[in-house]
Amino acid sequence: MELYTPILALMVLALGFAVFSVVVSSLTGPARYNRAKLDSYECGIEPTPQAHGGGRIPVKYYTVAMTFIIFDVEIMFLVPWAIYFDELALFGFLAMLLFLVNITIAYVYEFKRGGLDWD
Amino acid sequence: MTGFQAPNVEWLTLSPLLVVFLAAVVGVLVEAFVPRAQRYAVQVGLSLAAMVGTLVASLVVFARLSPTADEAELGRVVAAGAVAADGPAVFTWVLLSVLGLLSVMLFAERKVESGVLTFAGQAAALPGTEAEREASTRGLSHTEVFPLMLFAIGGMMLFPASNDLLTMFVALEVLSLPLYLLCGLARRRRLLSQEAAMKYFLLGAFSSGFFVYGLALVYGYAGSMGFAQIAAAVSADTGSRALLLGGIGLMSVGLLFKVGAAPFHAWTPDVYQGAPTAVTAFMAAATKVAAFGAMLRLFYVAFGGNRDDWLPMVWAVAILTMVVGSVLAISQTDVKRMLAYSSIAHAGFLLTGFLGIRSLDEVAPGGLTGVSAVLFYLTTYGFTTMAAFAVVSIVRDAGGETTHLARWQGLGKESPLVAGVFAFLLLAMAGIPLTSGFTGKWAVFAAATAAGAWPVVVVAVLMSAVAAYFYVRVIVLMFFAEPVGDGPSVAVPSALTTVVIAVGTLVTLVLGIVPGALIELLGNVGVFIR
Repeated sequence: MELYTPILALMVLALGFAVFSVVVSSLTGPARYNRAKLDSYECGIEPTPQAHGGGRIPVKYYTVAMTFIIFDVEIMFLVPWAIYFDELALFGFLAMLLFLVNITIAYVYEFKRGGLDWD
Repeated sequence: MTGFQAPNVEWLTLSPLLVVFLAAVVGVLVEAFVPRAQRYAVQVGLSLAAMVGTLVASLVVFARLSPTADEAELGRVVAAGAVAADGPAVFTWVLLSVLGLLSVMLFAERKVESGVLTFAGQAAALPGTEAEREASTRGLSHTEVFPLMLFAIGGMMLFPASNDLLTMFVALEVLSLPLYLLCGLARRRRLLSQEAAMKYFLLGAFSSGFFVYGLALVYGYAGSMGFAQIAAAVSADTGSRALLLGGIGLMSVGLLFKVGAAPFHAWTPDVYQGAPTAVTAFMAAATKVAAFGAMLRLFYVAFGGNRDDWLPMVWAVAILTMVVGSVLAISQTDVKRMLAYSSIAHAGFLLTGFLGIRSLDEVAPGGLTGVSAVLFYLTTYGFTTMAAFAVVSIVRDAGGETTHLARWQGLGKESPLVAGVFAFLLLAMAGIPLTSGFTGKWAVFAAATAAGAWPVVVVAVLMSAVAAYFYVRVIVLMFFAEPVGDGPSVAVPSALTTVVIAVGTLVTLVLGIVPGALIELLGNVGVFIR
């Protein structure tokens, strides 16, 4: 059971931090609202009018989002590799290099074919 | 953590896979850097070179297959236990290289669409919009299909060779994702094509989910991803059997979906109909080879020890698949849907051969194992079906391919040669002697009967008779019915499609007359490494 004590402590700490931040910022922060601030934030997209009412979504945003996810996943692999870098030695280095090159090729393709051009 | 030691990858043995994946990655770079005007030539050249290269590499690996330490099997386990390059795996590599080569040719066909690929000019343009019309008037043609196809081929080659659950899952996804995309890229009837892609993607993703869930349960049972370790755990019969059986059941869902076996066949007609015909041909032939190869390895190597638990399930699925495929094909009015149901029925026949799986010591020397029989059937089926879909792609009218059977009436008068070839391929699918369909069926039925699965074989023979009805119906339609209206017309394809049809038909004929050499070869190499 005592194995779970640190996890429990972390949960309490996280909860405490969340409650503390919200409460303190609402008590001490200045409240100067303007229109942009009051608008709900939805990934750079106007939340109204709703898409099903004929409102259209700028689809170009999603290539950025997808690229972000790919790099996100890349980090997921890079961190454990970096931790064991000394043990994985040259083989690990080359394997990771291969992975990075492949990801970069996909990125180069997207870039060259205008996937990141906004207009 | 114990010290890490770099695994011995054995690059040479893996070279067939590496060639394909390297070519696919280079293909992506070609899309990025080569000017649009030259892309078609570069991509087709690259893809053809890659397929020839992987064919040569596969043949070299095949010729170099050497016995394992205990002389029981041919081949070796490479890449730290992740890939088994044994007889059946390398045979499927060779087979997939040839089918892939033919598929590249079908993909590259431009003559029937008067100078552009049969794939969507601008896939991102919505069907029926100004953007689509503009793409069509400008004669746009995108060549991403070639690297996509190469990635799919690479995944297919890895799938039957994967020797642990994780590699198998990665291979499954690598082969599936490009296929989902390719299905939605038809130039004509784009809504149908996009609907097919959507259905295939949603159902495919769902079945992959089943597969992963089963994978997790099997891992929980055996404590290892490796097939050899799972087999050891199964023989030792340690751990909870509920976990094992649940895992086998869920993984079967994922694999049976890929081969298009009932009751997981519902996607097949829609996807085969909607996808561009070149993609349908590729999918029907190559995916089935890869998925059955993987299924054989998983069940034979990893779960071979508790055969009695899952054999009844395969009995039921085989019978159901044959009945569903053959009976529903009768009422089809679209030639692509009919061939789709026919491919479901073929999956049932392949599962019948699957029942011939026995432990090696039960097989008389030189006896036909289930593995050899299924591999032989896959060879015959792959070439026949690819040629059949290639024929479908050249029977056209002003609106593109005419797949409605009513429009095929009187094709024999319009073009006796094309109709004759198609009739021959249909007869092969029906299993008429002197075609490879007959020898293939004979092989799987013999293997299944020898393993005591005669009730399934009885159903299989009955269903072959039912299937013969709808194949012959199409032949009668083509030769003995008067054309309606303008009648069908046959586009004269370039040499590419012609070669595919010719090779498919020739292999169908040759394997029907002299199957002995290939069966003997498969008898020697059709043993999985364990």
